[in-house]
Amino acid sequence: MTGKFTVALAQVSPKLGLLRENLQLHLDTIRRAQSEGADLVVFPELSLTGYILQDLVPDVAIDPLNARSLQPLLQVCRDIACVFGFVEVSDRYNYYNAAAYVSEGRIRHVHRKLYLPTYGMFDEMRFFAKGEKLRTVPTPFGPFGLLICEDLWHPSTLYLHVQDGARVVVTLSSSPGRGVRTHEGFQTSQGWETLLKALSQFYTIYNLYANRAGIEDGAYFPGGSMVVNPVGEVIARSQTSGEDLVLAELDLDEIRRARLFTPVLRDERLDLTLRELTRIVRQRSQT
Amino acid sequence: MQLNCPLVSQVLQGFIRDELSKAGFHRVVVGLSGGIDSAVSCFLAARALGPENVLAVMMPYRTSSPESLSDARAVVEALEVKSEIVEITSIVDGYFEAQSQAGSLRRGNAMARARMIVLFDKSMEFNALVLGTSNKTELLLGYGTLFGDMASSINPIGDLYKADIFKLARYLQVPQSILDKKPTADLWAGQSDEDELGFTYAEVDELLHELIDRRVSRRELLERGFKKDFVQLVVNRIRGSQFKRRGPVVCKLSPRSVSHDFHYLRDWGM
Repeated sequence: MTGKFTVALAQVSPKLGLLRENLQLHLDTIRRAQSEGADLVVFPELSLTGYILQDLVPDVAIDPLNARSLQPLLQVCRDIACVFGFVEVSDRYNYYNAAAYVSEGRIRHVHRKLYLPTYGMFDEMRFFAKGEKLRTVPTPFGPFGLLICEDLWHPSTLYLHVQDGARVVVTLSSSPGRGVRTHEGFQTSQGWETLLKALSQFYTIYNLYANRAGIEDGAYFPGGSMVVNPVGEVIARSQTSGEDLVLAELDLDEIRRARLFTPVLRDERLDLTLRELTRIVRQRSQT
Repeated sequence: MQLNCPLVSQVLQGFIRDELSKAGFHRVVVGLSGGIDSAVSCFLAARALGPENVLAVMMPYRTSSPESLSDARAVVEALEVKSEIVEITSIVDGYFEAQSQAGSLRRGNAMARARMIVLFDKSMEFNALVLGTSNKTELLLGYGTLFGDMASSINPIGDLYKADIFKLARYLQVPQSILDKKPTADLWAGQSDEDELGFTYAEVDELLHELIDRRVSRRELLERGFKKDFVQLVVNRIRGSQFKRRGPVVCKLSPRSVSHDFHYLRDWGM
C-alpha cells in the first residue's frame, strides 16, 4: 500500500436526465484527471443523471451489475479509480440515489444514500428508497467510506465509517446554495465547510467533498468542493461557481501523525456508546 | 437585513446565462418602466449577456409620467443596451372604447397586460426570452397583475425583497434618480405603491423576512412589537393572492395529470 496518492475532485454540471451526454462528461473528466496525475477522481451526487430528477428517476436508473451503458466508464477506469453518482434500480424495482466506487475496470462497491432529505426544497423520499447498509470499501489506499450529501449531516454515518476503519471518507453532493445575507458566501456552503473541518479534526481522517456546479430550474449549485486533512485544514478547494477540477495529494502518514497528537479514536468507547444507545432506543420504544 | 451584493450579483448573472443557454437562447427582452426593479433586472442582464444581447422596451401609456420615460432612458444610456419605445395607448384605448364603465383598476390591469403582449411579441422578433421584474415583496403580497407584469420566462429578482433590490441597485450603480424616487406602478397619475398598500416597504419587508424566510410564529412577532392588525393584514394578502403564484387549477381525472403528478423540471433534458 502506497502512503501517498492524488485525488481529483470533479466539480461538474451534468445535464438533467441526459445519460449519454453525462457519460461522455465523465469519460472526458476521468481522462483529464488521469493526465494530470490523479489516482482517484470523485464526481458529485447523481453525476450521471442530474439532481432534481423527480419522475425521471425510473427512466435514468441503472442496474450496475448488468449495465452495458456503463462499459465505457469502467474501461477508462483501468488505471485510475473513480467514484460517481447514479440512480440504481434493484431487482425489487426499488430506486436508490447511489454512488459507485470503480477501480481496475470493475464496480467494487455501491453505497445507497441512507438519509433522503424530504423537507424544504427537497423531495427525495417521494422518488427514492432509502439505503439500509453502511460498509467501507477496501482500496489500494486503505479503507474508504462513501457518503452522499445529507448522509454527512448525520454524523453517526461518519462515526460508523471511521470505527469500521475508513481513513478517507468521500462525500458526493448536489447541494444548492441558500442564504445570501452574510459576507462569506452562501450560508449552506459555510455549513458544509464547518462540518467537514470539524469532522476531519474529530475523526482524524481525510474528507473529500465533491459538490456539483450548474443550475436546475433556478436551484444554483455553488460547488465549493474541497479536501480537508486529518487536522481539519482545507488543502484543496475548487471554485465557488462553475465547473472545476482540483487535485490534492493525500498522505496517509498525516493520519498517523494526527492520531499521535489527538488519539480520540483510540480512546473511543464503543461499548459505552452501544450500551447507552440500546438504553435510549428501549426507552423511546416504551414512550 | 444584510445582503451579500457581490455574491447575489454573481449568482444572478450566472442564473441568467445558464437558464437562457440551456433553453437555446442568449438574449433577453426586458420591459423598462423607469422603476428600480426593471432597472436592476436590466443591469443584471446587461452584465451577464453583454448590452448587445439585451433589448429594453419602454412602453408608455398616454397618462404615464414623463419622468418614468426619462428614468428608463437613463438606464439604457448607462448600459448601452438596445432599446425601443412602443406606445401602448392605442392598444389599451382601442379596447376600452367599447368598455366605458371600466375604472382605473381594470385599466391598470389592461396596461400591464398590453405590455406583456408587446414583450412576448418582441421576444420572438429578437429571438429572446422575456426577463421578469417582479420582486419577492410583490410576489408575496400579490401586488402585480396576473399575466401582466407577473408574466416572464425567467425572473432574476423574484427571491429579493424590495429592500434587497435597493441595496443591489446601489451596488450595480443604477442611476441615482431611480434610487431616489418613490416606488410607483405609474398606472395612474400620482399612484404610489406605499400609499396604495397602506404600509411602507421597509415595514413589510422586515415582517415578510421574519414570517416567510425565518418562519417566526405569530406569537413571537407580537412579542417583538409587530402590530397585530398589520400582521393580520399581510397574512391575509399573502393567502388571498396565492392564486397569482400558481398555474390554473386543473381537475384531476386520469392517473397522471399535468398539474397534479407530472413531475418534471423545466430544465428537463437541458
